[in-house]
Amino acid sequence: MVITLNGERFELDQPVSVVELLSRLDIDPRRVAVEHNLTIIKRHTFSDVIVAEGDTVEIVNFVGGG
Amino acid sequence: MPDTPFVIAGRTFTSRLIVGTGKYSSHAVMAQAHAASGADMVTVAVRRVNISDRTKESLLDYIDTSKFFLLPNTAGCYSADEAIRTARLGREAGLSNWVKLEVIGDERTLFPDNEELIVATRTLVKEGFVVLPYTNDDPVVCRKLEDAGAAAVMPLGAPIGSGLGIQNVNNIRIIREFARVPLIVDAGVGTASDAALAMELGADGVLMNTAIAGARDAVAMAEAMKLAVRAGRLAYSAGRIPRKAYATASSPVEGLVGR
Repeated sequence: MVITLNGERFELDQPVSVVELLSRLDIDPRRVAVEHNLTIIKRHTFSDVIVAEGDTVEIVNFVGGG
Repeated sequence: MPDTPFVIAGRTFTSRLIVGTGKYSSHAVMAQAHAASGADMVTVAVRRVNISDRTKESLLDYIDTSKFFLLPNTAGCYSADEAIRTARLGREAGLSNWVKLEVIGDERTLFPDNEELIVATRTLVKEGFVVLPYTNDDPVVCRKLEDAGAAAVMPLGAPIGSGLGIQNVNNIRIIREFARVPLIVDAGVGTASDAALAMELGADGVLMNTAIAGARDAVAMAEAMKLAVRAGRLAYSAGRIPRKAYATASSPVEGLVGR
């Protein structure tokens, strides 16, 4: 299955939870915000929300800025 | 002389200097500059995580969040909708409802789009955000932002990253007179005297990034800015002498030898 992750095509073998997706990407869930199909996902629900075929996911974090 | 506390939306800061986290030569230099600046609030940007390259170190490894309050910005957003979306993501990433709101209207000058800025301020305030909008040095726009519920007004001194210093001193003075919320001069500072001038005009604080990060010695410049902000504040509180066109002698005019 294919999702759009941070604007890029991304392949997954099957639907996964947000927490699983982050773990596969080696991303610390405590330091990011996740938007799933334009809805912001609360951190405590990362394990409940499932990313499926055709979904759009944005994962953001803090970078240097003024 | 003890200073009055610097309070924004009920939160007290020890320093009137707010510094950025962008454009440093390294994260280590940034951390040293932050320490030298004495600031206790730093701005950060909200961006997509680099998925393909996870080797890059995280900014937050270099910011002790028990010492520095994080102020996420909406830099690079060109509409109210984009800025609102970014602010919401920043809130989720940082778990605080504070935002430095930027809605840019022009790529070359990075001047704000006032119309969109006011719309975004109104929406975010309704959602419970503490909104600190980066704005033009326009007293009327600042008043509208205040009416929209902004927790502070942050007029520019000059274009972002320009280092030109405060271009319209009189506008900042008028904004000072009008503002009932904290006034923070944000952007345009080039060197310490610019920061001191902002404070002498009565600003409650100064926010800067490039002036420190881009200096040949960022850590030394951070310290210079700390001292300048303190000096400017003290001079403002002390009450400067009026400007006069002609001289007034400092030494007695009587008792001169040989007269």
